[in-house]
Amino acid sequence: MIECNQLTRTYTSGGRALTVLKDITLRIDAGAFTAIVGPSGSGKTTLLGLLAGLDAPTSGSVTLDGHQLNQLDEDGRARLRAERVGFVFQSFQLIPTLTALENVLVPLELSGEPDVARALGLLSDVGLAGREHHYPSQLSGGEQQRVALARAFVNQPAVLFADEPTGNLDARTGQTIVQLMSELNRKHGTTLVLVTHDPALAALARRTIRLTDGEVVSDTTT
Amino acid sequence: MKPGFVLTMARRESRASGRRLMTLALAIAAGVAALVAVNGFTSNLRTSVARQAQAMLGADLAIESRSELGTAARALLDSLDGEQAQYVAFSAMTYAPAGTTARLTQVTAIGPCWPWYGAIRTSPMSAWGRLADGRNAVVDPSLLRALGVTVGDSISLGETRFQILGTITEAPGDVGIRSALGPRAFIPFRYLDATGLLGFGARAEYGSYIQLGEGADAQRIAADWRPRLREERARIRTVADDQNRLDNALTRLGNFLGLVALVALLLGGLGVASAITVHIRRRIDTVAILRCLGATGRQVFGVYLTQAALLGLAGGVLGAVIGLLVQQVVPLVMTDLVPAELDTGPAWGVALAGVLLGGWTALVFALLPLLAVRRVTPLAALRRDVDPIPAGRDPARLVAIALLVLSVVTLAVLQAGNWRVGLGFAVGIGIALLGLRLAAGVVIGLARRLSRAPLAYTSRQGLANLQRPGNQTIAVVLALGFGAFLLAALALTQHNLLATLDVSGEGVTRPNLALFDIQSSQLDGVRGVLDQGGVEATAPVPMVPMRIASVEGRAVSLARRADSLPDDSLPRGWAVRREYRSTWRDTLVGSEKLLDGTWWDDPRTGGPARISIERDVAQELGVGLGDNITWDVQGRPIETRITSIREVDWARFEPNFFVVFEPGVLEDAPQTWVTMARVDDPATRSRLPRQIAEQWPNVTSLDLTVVQAAIEDLLGRVSLAIRFMALFSLVAGLVVLGGTVATSRDQRIRESALLRTLGARAGQLYRIVVVEYAALGLMAGLTAALLAVGAGWALARFLFEIDFAARPLALVLVILVPAALAALVGVWASRDVTHRTPLETLRRAAE
Ligand SMILES: Nc1ncnc2c1ncn2[C@@H]1O[C@H](COP(=O)(O)OP(=O)(O)OP(=O)(O)O)[C@@H](O)[C@H]1O
Ligand SMILES: [Mg+2]
Repeated sequence: MIECNQLTRTYTSGGRALTVLKDITLRIDAGAFTAIVGPSGSGKTTLLGLLAGLDAPTSGSVTLDGHQLNQLDEDGRARLRAERVGFVFQSFQLIPTLTALENVLVPLELSGEPDVARALGLLSDVGLAGREHHYPSQLSGGEQQRVALARAFVNQPAVLFADEPTGNLDARTGQTIVQLMSELNRKHGTTLVLVTHDPALAALARRTIRLTDGEVVSDTTT
Repeated sequence: MKPGFVLTMARRESRASGRRLMTLALAIAAGVAALVAVNGFTSNLRTSVARQAQAMLGADLAIESRSELGTAARALLDSLDGEQAQYVAFSAMTYAPAGTTARLTQVTAIGPCWPWYGAIRTSPMSAWGRLADGRNAVVDPSLLRALGVTVGDSISLGETRFQILGTITEAPGDVGIRSALGPRAFIPFRYLDATGLLGFGARAEYGSYIQLGEGADAQRIAADWRPRLREERARIRTVADDQNRLDNALTRLGNFLGLVALVALLLGGLGVASAITVHIRRRIDTVAILRCLGATGRQVFGVYLTQAALLGLAGGVLGAVIGLLVQQVVPLVMTDLVPAELDTGPAWGVALAGVLLGGWTALVFALLPLLAVRRVTPLAALRRDVDPIPAGRDPARLVAIALLVLSVVTLAVLQAGNWRVGLGFAVGIGIALLGLRLAAGVVIGLARRLSRAPLAYTSRQGLANLQRPGNQTIAVVLALGFGAFLLAALALTQHNLLATLDVSGEGVTRPNLALFDIQSSQLDGVRGVLDQGGVEATAPVPMVPMRIASVEGRAVSLARRADSLPDDSLPRGWAVRREYRSTWRDTLVGSEKLLDGTWWDDPRTGGPARISIERDVAQELGVGLGDNITWDVQGRPIETRITSIREVDWARFEPNFFVVFEPGVLEDAPQTWVTMARVDDPATRSRLPRQIAEQWPNVTSLDLTVVQAAIEDLLGRVSLAIRFMALFSLVAGLVVLGGTVATSRDQRIRESALLRTLGARAGQLYRIVVVEYAALGLMAGLTAALLAVGAGWALARFLFEIDFAARPLALVLVILVPAALAALVGVWASRDVTHRTPLETLRRAAE
């Protein structure tokens, strides 16, 4: 489902080159639930961004759902995201000007088939039935993240990327969110890539990849 | 690209930021309203003129000439079937036999029957029909007031008297300002000679109105006869000619006002650009999320562009509605400036054009700030620290700028109806904006320095707020400043124009009474009357009427059309055909400046007489130093040579001349005299003309205070119309200001909540707001005042060629009014900021 080959990302800032990811080669199978862990600054977000095609590697390549990302242009990658990829972010990233329902609908609008019933169904799956017309500012952090989850699953993505989706939530709410994610993963067969600091959450995943200083230091599957 | 997504998102996005984006629509609405109002008015005016053109002439055809009709004119008149009415129009003094004052009157001696089309309405109604019955007159009501007489009384005109049958209440084609030059009086043609007023030196227009018989083609007749009539210095006019001329004049007036209105629209566009910039800044996160979710750069760009265009269209609709309403008011501010009874029906075509224009303006002005949206990286949704818009040049910017410039120029050219004026206008706007921008930079820099000065905390905070990130200070200063600048420049120019004409102001000692057309034999008598009245008069100036016979030995042919002989080097046009009134003098006067050649300091020696010619006329005639002109002075040829070229300051009530002769040439030619006097006592000023008119009816007295009042009135009306249109720019500026208040609202709410949490009282919060907005308005006003002085000076110096004086009081107003307005808007918009609890605001601010 996801493959990367000798992935390297170097930033140049202030004339100094900083290699954040070094020669990462991985394979993630379809339907798997993978956690990426590691200390702050180890390159987790950078890796996620590269795997999802949000950023271009300095060298190396990524294949996502059978597509060579570096052979697609920005619009091509966007189309791929619209059809096959879902995201959950640490800071929820709901669109503040849209209601919960409308936020969930966005990916469907993008592919031109807004299915309100589907969106409502997902909102009720994440326990937000009745809150669909509320704006993000009218929802608590946990509720916002659940809307984000519903949005991430609404276009039945092949892959869901989540970058510390619980980072802004208390432990209990965080646990619920990740449980929800893994339920949805099971229900829809979605490939799940979760970046987290939290060992308890990482434990929910079958496979854990540990990064330190831009390198994979361990890769364990239970 | 799926249009469904773009439209849906555009709609949902707009709904959520309604208040902020509404101001964008309002900014467009102000400009569209101004344009629709003025263009709708002009278009109605033109339809009205077309409908009433025949009634304005009152005939099918008219012939007119500055001298009695010649043989060709008479041959034409004889050859026509149908009816004719002869007329002679001239200025003369009228007075009541028992009264103490006299008034310069525009007299028309008119034959019976005219007008055949339309009607002259009088009070009482039967007056016009009875005019020809005897020694009767129908006059403007203002003459009755000036002379203190009523209908039924008699007035003296020349050597006879006329009984006033009634007053004119309405005549076709009446332009109110015309009667400001002197009230009108109509008398029967057959009693013209009895007045004895058409002697030597009289200025009169001789003509005939013609109603053609069945099947005659006025246009054909006019075209056939025009060359021959031109040779006799006569003109022929048809209804269509008049309509054309009037149509052109009105279109020019409309176009000019339209350009002023266009300023409002462009300022609205500026407001759009500014609002979009801020809007986009707020939406970067949303854009990044959308990109993450798979929207392409073009789709997101489409969302916001659609949003801007839709809002522009909405603003256009609102503006068109307002414009159609305002259009009903425009005739009020244009009173007496336009002839024809006005249609006031809504001009749908103009309104539709206004709506589209609103949409387009919003689109092109939004384009530039929106381009950045295409380049927002989806990575920004994932991490805070990444720069959402990657650095680097975007070639699309050039395209957007080109489109914007092209749009502005096209709009200006269309509105000006002439590409040179349009281009000049566009460049002028550009320069003015640049000037404002520079001045604004200076003023803003000052404010920044002040915000670090040891002031009260609230003042410093208010000033510092102007520099908060994402501030629109520049946009507001430009938009608000431009309106104030327009109004101020207008007021300054009007003031300076009037100052040069001022004969009645305090401390002015210029002459305020002019006596014209004095015959040589009457000179001593007139001076005697002035002496008796204790009035000191200037030395009388002689005037000799003459025409050009030949230039450089070539006889001027009047029949030649400008286009018929392209390589004909002879001068053409009015400068050749007109009658010159020249004088002789041995010195230059104060209003003259020698530009080239030498003045005659030595006595005349023989050869062609030396003359000095005014620069502009020399240019029109295509003559220069050393060229010979032969004049026809009452049938006698006089050879002259140009030995100097002068510049003349015409902007004063002083006898000035295109051509001045050296002494010793014209002394024996038939001549009239002009003398001027300063008469401070109004009673004397009205009594003297009366006394003179009684003894010498041909002498024309002009009370310059009356003329000054008339010009002031005219200028006042013109500037009222312009000011009215310029007001829309100020409104657009205020809307832009309101827009920035709305856009920075969330931010200010958050700041106040924070300050409140830290213990600020409501009063302190308000003080901060007042300082912030008053400073903003002050900057706009200061910038406007600076630029207005510059523009006013340039206009006075180069266009009107008059002295310039800044009016400190007016400038203070220009500076203070925007400040007060801005402070009001700021306080009003912040009224509920302090009513919310800090918790509520902090929570909302999280969005
Ligand atoms: N645009 C950039 N320019 C320079 N350095 C960058 C840039 N983006 C990220 N980095 C650096 O790359 C390194 C890895 O960052 P990354 O965000 O991937 O770490 P992370 O593992 O997600 O950390 P955290 O757990 O704190 O989110 C950090 O040292 C960061 O400072
Ligand atoms: Mg991270």
